[in-house]
Order: sequence, then structure tokens, then C-alpha cells
Amino acid sequence: MFAKRTDLPLDRDALSRYLPWLIAFMVYMAVLALAGLLVLAAMARYWDADVSGTMTVQIPPTGSAADDDKRVRAAVILLLGEPAIVHAEAITEGRLMALLEPWLGTAEVSADLPLPRLVDVEVEPGADLDMAGLARRLDAAVPGATLDDHRIWLDRLVRLVRSVEALAALVLALMCSATVGTVVFTTRTGLAIHHDVIEVLHLIGAHDGYIARQFAQRALTLGLRGGLIGLALAVPTLLGIGSLARHMEAGIMPNLTLTLTHWLAIVSLPLLAAAIAMLTARLTVTRTLARMP
Amino acid sequence: MTNDADDCVIQFENVSLRYGLGPEVLQDVSFALKSASFHFLVGPSGAGKSSLLRLMYLALKPSRGLVTLFGRDIATTPRRQLPALRRRVGVVFQDFRLLPHLSAFDNVALPLRVAGAREDEVRRHVVELLSWVGLKDHLDARPPTLSGGQQQRVAIARAVIVRPTLLLADEPTGNIDDKMAMRLMHLFEELNKLGTAIVIATHNENLVGRLVHSCLRLDGGRLEVDETARGPAPALAANLRQSSGNAA
Ligand SMILES: Nc1ncnc2c1ncn2[C@@H]1O[C@H](COP(=O)(O)OP(=O)(O)O)[C@@H](O)[C@H]1O
Ligand SMILES: [Mg+2]
Repeated sequence: MFAKRTDLPLDRDALSRYLPWLIAFMVYMAVLALAGLLVLAAMARYWDADVSGTMTVQIPPTGSAADDDKRVRAAVILLLGEPAIVHAEAITEGRLMALLEPWLGTAEVSADLPLPRLVDVEVEPGADLDMAGLARRLDAAVPGATLDDHRIWLDRLVRLVRSVEALAALVLALMCSATVGTVVFTTRTGLAIHHDVIEVLHLIGAHDGYIARQFAQRALTLGLRGGLIGLALAVPTLLGIGSLARHMEAGIMPNLTLTLTHWLAIVSLPLLAAAIAMLTARLTVTRTLARMP
Repeated sequence: MTNDADDCVIQFENVSLRYGLGPEVLQDVSFALKSASFHFLVGPSGAGKSSLLRLMYLALKPSRGLVTLFGRDIATTPRRQLPALRRRVGVVFQDFRLLPHLSAFDNVALPLRVAGAREDEVRRHVVELLSWVGLKDHLDARPPTLSGGQQQRVAIARAVIVRPTLLLADEPTGNIDDKMAMRLMHLFEELNKLGTAIVIATHNENLVGRLVHSCLRLDGGRLEVDETARGPAPALAANLRQSSGNAA
């Protein structure tokens, strides 16, 4: 790749040995951060879409099954009377037990344990529902009944996801600036090591661009090499995490696989790192040369 | 000869130079070199010969005074136009300054490549010139594997490959044997006949002794120009033979 002749002994200095690994490490971290970012964004979207159209009404047990049934019916009738509500249905005891089974086991719990009754409510998408008013009316008709629109729980979850997202974005930004810093440092060191060669080229009549191009070319090559190493290490990691996530998928987790767009974004990271490395090297050299008469 | 300023390749007016905060290494230096002229720059070690040459090949800017190269005032010439001026100046550095990782061929090719010459032309010119200086069999040798004299010839070849308008050489005959010194002086004179102005710095006054060329004399940072011709050209050979007795 880029087997172009160069006037600088760049291939043989120590920098060209460790720069690719530094960039590989940064690209590795950046790929994981970016994948995390993309998955979290998908997760937030999924929960948002899945949960926002639904509510649950909880009716505390009175101790008598007949009374409970009556209270549930009253609640359902009231709910169906609301224009914004398209569906309201009591969750049967069997389904409730099935939902609780993973936590409570298959034992005959319902007899000993006073379970609340639940009503599943579906709201017309986009409808403007007065939650506070509905909650008040519900409590008047069925004392003790509470309305849970999942909003509080969801908001907290989305806030959490958003802050993790911000963290991932921060990691990405840090990786970019660390790449810039590394390349500036290695290029400066290269300039110092090769100062003599650079001065001779300069005095022979080389334009700054001629010299800068050689550094930029090397930075591009090393950056690409490092970026591809980083990507090669990150992809198995991602696939590993993905398969772990699939194994423990519990309904609450959306499909965690990355889409084609996501993969394109991830594959562009090493290219981005190489481009950053190239531009940084070019700028560093040009600015240093500008100090020569 | 006319005193026409257009006829000058390089002109110094009241130029002074100091390194950092040090003392003035050159003081109020004024001279003008005509195109296709031939000069020796003499003076004891430490007189400032190398410093004066550095000003001439634009490695340094003067602390005071005016340097005009090929009719351009260096102080007011935009920086990006300086490479074009530098390409018309060939330099043989005192310590050669060959690039150790490049072959003799690539070292000599450097000025052509830097100027964007085509690779087939580069090949032709470089092989021709290296053959001329007797290094035909060492095209691929790296400088560290060459003798001092061979390195010097590579350095000289690199300086003259572009047929410069002005050639500056810093102690160029210090390291080579008699016969080679003769050949190199010959090369310089050939180049001079083709229109290149030449300045050869040397601390060896014997070399200059009775040469026909004019002499720039540096002492204590001050310059005096001695235009008197000193004897016939054939003295060159004898002089070189005599002066290079201490060379390797
Ligand atoms: N890079 C430098 N920094 C500071 N002083 C220098 C530098 N180069 C030369 N000098 C000083 O300038 C004076 C002239 O040196 P130089 O031009 O090399 O003389 P010459 O070539 O005639 O021997 C000397 O006193 C030397 O110490
Ligand atoms: Mg000197």
C-alpha cells in the first residue's frame, strides 16, 4: 500500500512501530463506544415506541375475589368510556401468574399472596389524554386504583440511556483528540529526528508541501494500518457481546444486532482515524517548516 | 565590465549577522557578485565564511542589512517564492550533508525530484554526472559506505546537477586527492564557463595563491574585496598539487 519513494528515512524509525498500535487501540475503543452508542439509541427508540401507547391500571386486593372482580369490571367500564382509550382488558390471573413465575416460581402463591389485579390499557396513538383527571376519576370509582403510564419508569430509563450515550460520545471525542495528540507528538518527534534531512530538502528548494506530503503519506499509511488492526480486534468483541446479549434476551431487550448503516459507520472509523492522522501530520509539518526562513 | 546592478547574481549591502544574542559574526558586509564570475572566499577558521555562505543560500536571514538574490530583495520576497530562488543556487556543504539512507543516485537526484523533474530525465542526468565524477560503479552505494572523497564528489554532483546560476562551495577540496581536486576545479571552471557564478570558501590561502580569480577576504567578521588577478591560470594545477598534500 502506498509504495511510494520517500526522501525521509521514515520507515525505519521507532515511531512507525508504535503509532499503528496506538491508533489500533484508539480505534478499538472508538468502535466499541460507537457500537454502544448506536445500540443504546436503538434501545431508547424501541422502548419509547413500545411502551408509550400503553398504560396499566393497578387495583389493590380487597381480600374477596368477588369484590375484586367487581372493582375490575367497574374500572374497565370507566376506562372504555374515555374517547382516547381504544382498548382495556383485565389481565387474567393465569396470565399474571405466568408473568410472575420467573420471580416467584410455580408454587401456589395466589392463595397466600394477595396479588393486585391489573388492567391493560391501550391509548390511541398521539391522543391527548388528561392523565391526572383520569387518575382522579378512577380513584373515585374504584378506591385505591392507580394509573401507571410507564412514563416515570421509562423516563428514568431513557435518561439513563441518554447519559450513557453522552458518555459514549465523549469517549469518541476523546479518542479523536487523542489520535490528533498522538500524531502531533509523533510527527514533532519525527521532525526533530529528521531535522537534518528536512533542512537539506528545504535548502535544495523543496516547497513545504513536498516535505509535508511525505509525513502525511506516512501518517496515512500508519493510521490505516492501525485503524484496520483496531477494527479487526473490535469486530469479534462486538459479535461476542451481541451473542451474549441474545442469550439473555428477556423480552425487555430489543434486537441488539447492528444494522448495515451501523456497520458502515463502524467501518468508517479506521478511515476517519487515518484521515485525522494524515491531516494532523500535514498541519504539524507545515507549521514547523514555516519557522524556517 | 559594467557595474550594472542587473548583472549581479547576489548583492549584500551593510549586512550584519549574529546568532541569537551572540556577538556579530559578520559586520557591515557589502559586496556584489556578477553573473558568471569566479570567486574565492578566504579567511582563517572562524572568520565567518560558512556563515556568509549560509546567508547566500538563504539558510539564515541577516540581522541587519539587505540581501538581494537574482534581483530579488530577500526580506520582501514572499516565503513561498523562496524555493524557486534556492533551486538556482547549488550548495556544496562543508560536511556534505548527504542523506545517509539514500543511495548516491538518489542523493544526486534530489534537487531534480524536488523541482518536479520527470523520472527518465532524472535517470539520464544523474547517471551522466556521476559517471563524470568517476562514481559510475557506485550509483547504488549509500554515503556511509563511500570514502570521504567519494562522498564529496556525490555532494558536488548534487550541487551542480541543476546547472545552478550560483554555486557555493564550503571547503570543497579539503578531503580529496590531487587528481580529483584537479578534476573538480575543472568541473567548477567548466560550469563557470557555462555561466554559473561560483564562490569557493577555503581557509587554505595556498589554494588561491596565484589564481586568476577574485578574492573575498573575511577577517574578524569584516569583508574586503580583492579584485586583482594574480598570475596565469596554469598555476592552478601546481597550486592544487601543493595544497592538497595534507589531504587524504
Ligand atoms: N550555529 C551557530 N550558532 C552560534 N554561533 C555560530 C554558529 N555557527 C557559527 N558560529 C560562530 O560564528 C563564527 C564564524 O563561524 P563560521 O561561519 O563557521 O566560520 P568559518 O566557516 O570561517 O570557519 C564562529 O565564531 C562560530 O563560533
Ligand atoms: Mg566553515
